Amino acid sequence: MSSTAPAATQRITLFYQDYVGKKVAMALSGVVLFGYVIIHMAGNLQIFAGREQLNAYAQALHANVPLLWIARIVLLLAVGIHFYTGISLAGASRAARPVRYQVKGQRHPNLAGRTMALSGLVLAAFIVFHILHLTTGTVQPAPFADLRPYDNMVNSFRVIPVAGFYVLSVCLLGLHLYHGAWSMFQSVGFNHPRYTPALRRFAAVFAFLLAIGFSVVPIAVLTGMVR
Amino acid sequence: MRLTLNVWRQKGKDDAGGFVKYDVPDVSEHMSFLEMLDVLNQRLILKGEAPVAFDHDCREGICGMCGFMINGQAHGPLRGTTVCQLHMRHYKDGDELWLEPWRAAAFPVVRDLAVDRSAFDKIVAAGGYVSVSTGSAPDGNAIPVPKEIADRAMDAAACIGCGACVASCPNASASLFTGAKIAHLGFLPQGQPERERRALAMVAQMDLEQFGGCTLFGECQDACPKGISIDVIARMNRDYWLSALFSAPPSAGAAASG
Repeated sequence: MSSTAPAATQRITLFYQDYVGKKVAMALSGVVLFGYVIIHMAGNLQIFAGREQLNAYAQALHANVPLLWIARIVLLLAVGIHFYTGISLAGASRAARPVRYQVKGQRHPNLAGRTMALSGLVLAAFIVFHILHLTTGTVQPAPFADLRPYDNMVNSFRVIPVAGFYVLSVCLLGLHLYHGAWSMFQSVGFNHPRYTPALRRFAAVFAFLLAIGFSVVPIAVLTGMVR
Repeated sequence: MRLTLNVWRQKGKDDAGGFVKYDVPDVSEHMSFLEMLDVLNQRLILKGEAPVAFDHDCREGICGMCGFMINGQAHGPLRGTTVCQLHMRHYKDGDELWLEPWRAAAFPVVRDLAVDRSAFDKIVAAGGYVSVSTGSAPDGNAIPVPKEIADRAMDAAACIGCGACVASCPNASASLFTGAKIAHLGFLPQGQPERERRALAMVAQMDLEQFGGCTLFGECQDACPKGISIDVIARMNRDYWLSALFSAPPSAGAAASG
């Protein structure tokens, strides 16, 4: 072993090589994304305040260009780290058990936990579609106008498959966060007999509220409550 | 009662294995699971066949030597029980069971249901110890330890190293084992001098042994015959990253002499 102390950058690279470092990277990038989806939902719900309110909010977000790009770069980094680390952890898990069991006897029901990789991959596909659909307008199931989210959402959520894919994806987001928003605290080692059960409840409540808060918009458009 | 067993038979580490079906007609409900296998093996020996190899030692549920999967569950269906303490009264006439060895890249099959768990020994050797001064025995209770802390250290120290956590984990992760070893020493004052080194070395060794990572499914704590909680994994993670990022570098004097 070298007797000289590793430099700060070396420490971080060494740290990331071990699986605990990867788990911390998952938790830190996850918390950025978790914070973002809450803000995103708060923005979406302004659709119920009317066309002017929501479109003005979108234009306000785009008014400060440097800030907008800083936010986009931070998010892109978080998604990149979360995606790459998640894939490499899933690969390590598969390699750790080359011969599978003939008979499965799961004791601990944990649908959300066991489908993290699957829900994550569907969400990654959804994010790509979602950006091409409502940010750049590249994919246009309905007429698209830049920076008019109210009109864009109302127009495209009338298309049933589009609304359906959005609702399905945000339900998977809820499932993903039901496990993720609790286990990220364990990954960074925050554990306490009193607070950990509370964190599990916090994750469950947030996962449920996010799934409802996001899916209420396409459902409101489909049912004609928002037009 | 009469049972049908599908047992994984494999001659050696590099041989191909497969299930062989055995009919076991005269099982008493008072037998332990291993005694039932003894009866089967006696019959196989009399027929001139090789007996089923499985690990066992104390048969009292405290040594950690035994263990295999019964219908996909480590140590069988009973909570807090090793397979040697699982009695046949929990099964009924006509049951068909599938017996498989622990399956993990880090636990190669030695023969049939016996696997090589040296990877656990290497993790412990990497840092699962405390330094003590030699000489006469110190006075008992000379170092005050709060009751709650002693209890939590003891809960983690209950780990018998059987490997059920790795076997049942969907990722084949050894985090519960390693976490338990780090916690049982790290809770106590005697474990403090090596605490940083211990977390770094044991986690690094765990990675080297090709165990998977922990995703906190919670399957291991349900399979653990000693009921160790996944809380020890959070503790291991915390000790690890605090040490990895913030442990003090050796002093200039120590570097020169080392």
